[in-house]
Parts: sequence; C-alpha cells; structure tokens
Amino acid sequence: MSEHTHHITPYKTLGIILVVLFFFTFLTIEITSIHLGALTVTVALLIAGVKGFLVLSYFMHLKHESLLLKILVAMVFVLFALIVLITFIDYAFR
Amino acid sequence: MRKETKYVSYLDYEGQYKGIFGWIFSTDHKRLGLLYLYAIALFFFVGAILGLTMRVELATPGETIMKAQAYNGVFTVHGVIMIFMVVIPGLSAVFGNFFLPLMIGAKDVAFPKLNRLTWWILIAGSILAIASQFLREGPPDTGWTFYAPYSTKTGTSVIIATTAAFVLGFASILTGLNFIVTIHRLRAPGMKFFNMPLFPWALYAASWIQLLATPVVGITLVMLIFERLFGIGFFNPDLGGDPILFQHLFWIYSHPAVYIMILPAMGVITEVIPTFCQRRIYGYKAIAISSLAIAAVGFFVWGHHMYTSGMSEQARWFFSLLTFIVAVPSAIKVFNWIATMYRGSINLQAPFLYALFFIFLFIIGGTTGLILGAVAPNVQVHDTSFVVAHFHYIIFGGMGFAFFSGLHYWFPKMYGRMYNLKAANWGAIILFIGFNLLYFPQFIIGYQGMPRRYYDYLPQFQWAQTISLIGGIILFIGFFVMVGNLVRGAKKGAIAPANPWNGTTLEWTVPSPPPVENFDEDPIIKSDPYDYK
Ligand SMILES: [Cu+2]
Repeated sequence: MSEHTHHITPYKTLGIILVVLFFFTFLTIEITSIHLGALTVTVALLIAGVKGFLVLSYFMHLKHESLLLKILVAMVFVLFALIVLITFIDYAFR
Repeated sequence: MRKETKYVSYLDYEGQYKGIFGWIFSTDHKRLGLLYLYAIALFFFVGAILGLTMRVELATPGETIMKAQAYNGVFTVHGVIMIFMVVIPGLSAVFGNFFLPLMIGAKDVAFPKLNRLTWWILIAGSILAIASQFLREGPPDTGWTFYAPYSTKTGTSVIIATTAAFVLGFASILTGLNFIVTIHRLRAPGMKFFNMPLFPWALYAASWIQLLATPVVGITLVMLIFERLFGIGFFNPDLGGDPILFQHLFWIYSHPAVYIMILPAMGVITEVIPTFCQRRIYGYKAIAISSLAIAAVGFFVWGHHMYTSGMSEQARWFFSLLTFIVAVPSAIKVFNWIATMYRGSINLQAPFLYALFFIFLFIIGGTTGLILGAVAPNVQVHDTSFVVAHFHYIIFGGMGFAFFSGLHYWFPKMYGRMYNLKAANWGAIILFIGFNLLYFPQFIIGYQGMPRRYYDYLPQFQWAQTISLIGGIILFIGFFVMVGNLVRGAKKGAIAPANPWNGTTLEWTVPSPPPVENFDEDPIIKSDPYDYK
C-alpha cells in the first residue's frame, strides 16, 4: 500500500488531461467536416486511441505501475488489434 | 478420527454459518473447490444421460426413441451443458481453486469473496441452461454453436440458452481474473515464476484466455439476442450484416476455449507424471513456456472451424498454417511427458493410469485435429461424425481423463482418506475401453460420410452405431465403478497420510485434509519444485 501513496497525481495534472480529452472530443466532431474518405474510421480510431492512452496512463495510474503490468495491458490491445486484422483477411479477399 | 488431530481441517472448521450454509457461504478456496466438484459432477451426469439418449436414438436407422426435433434439442442441450458448465469451468474451478493457493504457498486466492460469488454465478447460469430444456417454446435446436442465421429465426428458447451461456461466461472471466492476480501477488516469499509447479503455470495461461476471450462470446451472444428481439441486422445480409460474422465472433472465443479446457488438463498430467515416476520433470521451462505459447497462438486459429463457410481463400490457408503451428507446443509437452517416464521408477496407480490413457487419447485427438486443420481433408469430413469423434477424443479423452487423473491424484489430500486402489484401476480400464468403443467407430463412419447432428442414417453405418452404443453403456459402468469407489473412499476409506504418493510440490507438505488456512508455518520454497533426490 505504502508504495502507492507516493504517486498521488496532482489535481493540476488531472485537470490538464481533462482539458486535453475535451479537446480531442471536439476534434473528433470537427474532423468529420473534412472529407477523408476511407481514412475517416482510421482517424477516428487514432484519436480515440490517444484518448484511451491518456485515460489509462493518468486516470487509471498505469503510468506509475511496473513495467510488467504495462506490458500486460499493452498486450491486450495488441491482441485485440490482431484479431480485428485477421478477421479482415477474410473480408478483404472474399 | 479427525477430531483427535491437533489442527482444524477445512472440513471440520465451524465458522459463522453451520451445516450446508457453512459451505455455500464459505469463502475458503478449498470448500469452494469441493462445491464446484459436486456441482460439475451433477451437470456432467445430466449431460452424459443426454449423450446416452442420443446413442440410444442412433441404435437403429430412422426413429428409435425420439423424433428429429427432440434429437435437435438433446444434442444442443448436451453441448451447452458439457461445454459451458462442465469442461470450461471443470479443471480450473475444481482443482485450480483447491490447489493453486496450496501449490504456490498462499492462504487463499486473491479475492475470496469474488470466488464465492463466482460459484453462485455458475449455479445461476446453470439453472437457466437447464431451464431452457423445459420451457414452452421447446429446447433450443441450434447446436451449442448457435449459428446465425438459423439461431436468429428458430422459435425455440434460444434467448434463455444464450443468456445462460452469457452468465456462465462471467463465472469464467472472474475465475481467470482471480487466478491471474493470485499468481502475480500471492506467491509465497521466495517463489519466483520459474519456481512454480507446472499446474499453476498452466492455470495462468488458461486464465488469460478466460479473461480475454470470454468477453468476445459474451458480446456475440448479446448481439444474437438483440438480433432476435429487435432485428438489428448484424448477421442479416438484407440489412447490411453478414452471417459469417457470427461464426468469426463465435470461434474467436470458442477455439481459445478449447485451450481453457485442455491447458489445465495438461497441467494436471504434468504434476502426475513426475510423482508416479519419481523423477524430475523433463524440460520444465519448455513446458512452462509452451503453455503460454499455446495460449498466445491459440487466439489466432479460429478460422479452421469455418473452411466450408464461404470464407475467403486467403483466410483459409492462413488459418490452416497457424493451426499447424499451434500443434508444435502441444507436441513439445507430449515428448516431455514421455521423456520424464524414461528410466523412472513407475508406480502404476490410478492417477498415472489415467495420465497414460490421457496421452494415448490426446495423441489420437491431436493428430486427427491436424487432419481437420488441413483445408482439403477438412472439406471432406466437415460436419461429419469424424469431427464429433475428434473433439470427444480431445475434450473427453483429454480433459475428462485428466480430470479423473487429478481427482484420483489429489483425492487423499482433499478428503484425508484413500479410495480402494485396485477398484480405481479397474474403473480406469473400463472407462478407457468404453471410451474407445464409443468414439473410435465414429472416425470411420465419419470418413465415409455419416453426418453429425442427424437422428437418422443409412443402414451401412449401423455396425458402428451399435458398437458406439455398447461403448456408451460400458462407459457408464466405468463411471459407476469410479464414482462408487470414490464416494466409498471419502466416507469409509483408510486415513490418508500427508503425502501418500511421495510428491514434492507444496500441497503435499501440509496435512491431509489441509488446515483452514493451509499453512500453519511458512512454507519452505525449493528452487526446483520437482526435486526427488
Ligand atoms: Cu478450433
């Protein structure tokens, strides 16, 4: 328990992250006015990915966790991406 | 007898609640392990009766004891019960709960209350699943795979059955989570990952699959329910959906689910073999890492269930290639087990006998799996009884026999009493004979074109169906011999010592049955868990 008390994230940092998240939400909406064609989904997912990263690192304190835990969490996302990608081997070549 | 011992065993402990409530409200991982054992044994009995009913129906061509629709219901509910209520929780819920903390030197799992809740979730889901058989709409008739589009249209009680599978999925996820945290946080001081016995290693790999793959099937079943209720069109081409998407999503879970069943089974075998050969396990690291490798690669092979679905050519060879790769770590384990036996002093007791049968049946199941993993032969035998035989060899011959092996191995530890050794060996032999008589002929007629899930067949398949029925009856006799012997042993058997088999892992260092808090003194951690010197 004691090791966690060292890592109280100051309110200021949390506030900044919150503002950044709002900015990205705003960006997600605004970007739809630009016609990106096939890239629309990619860009939306990229922005969502950045937001997810920020939430995990700061709000869920992953930034202060051990390397092993970071790797385990990263692994889950890699797995998810691979599964989606492999599914599309079917749809893309059908 | 137990009352005279100095410590209080988990069986005699009296806590806040008395009698049966002391069990169903217990958070003790050992009591929960036994609760799981009794629940799963009951479900297995129900599922096995349904299985025997199918064999009787198939005794003659045409209608024997039931109509086609009734047969559809029976094979669906047999599958749902056996998969979601027996083999997926099976080994990890029973032996994982009971022995994971003991083997890593912990007092309990990381979240004991969550563990208790998990058992209740399993019971709730199981009641739903069994209820689906008796509702007014009739039992679900989709098969346990719930394939769209039929499952979105049939009038039978699909929603209840899928809800049951959804609820049961939560139990699986929570068990996985509990074990992962337990292994990371509660290992006894001094026990590194590579000092752990190999059963915890196998549980660790399986737990990750439970945690990561189960949500996929959960969402898929919710999509199916929404499709039925609101006609959203996920799986309907008219509305822009795709029925093959259902198969993808379903097998993204259900192939890794095979490894949820078989990895802990391999873990049990890896414990039994060194003990009964009194020899250090051969290739400790290779076995540990191959568990992780199976879990990792096993996530990417799901398409081998879909070769004939109309999936793209590229996807087919890709999945076929990966399926062959995932066979490698499984083979590594088999070679290591056999190498462990070499020049060991073998003690041919029931746990070891079951382990030998496991290896034999698992090799047949595994190699026929490669036949199915290759695209061209798969097209020939897809949806035939060849597939039925293959997966029963893996799931029953593999997971089931490993379960029996573990049960006989750890029984003296769990109950503090010993069963009759000779009767146990006879039980194993009868089960082995019955099993092969039941399932091997299905390979042959499957190859010749006997479709699965049909209640009728051409007269030329009669001979095999008759042998299978006889095998099924022998199998039941085997169960009664085995269960009767164990029940008798639990009640009246001779008092078992702490370490009847001369095992080296930590669970054998505590008295039988174990004390309430497992370790009254801090366990001494050896750097090699299988040191027989
Ligand atoms: Cu598979």
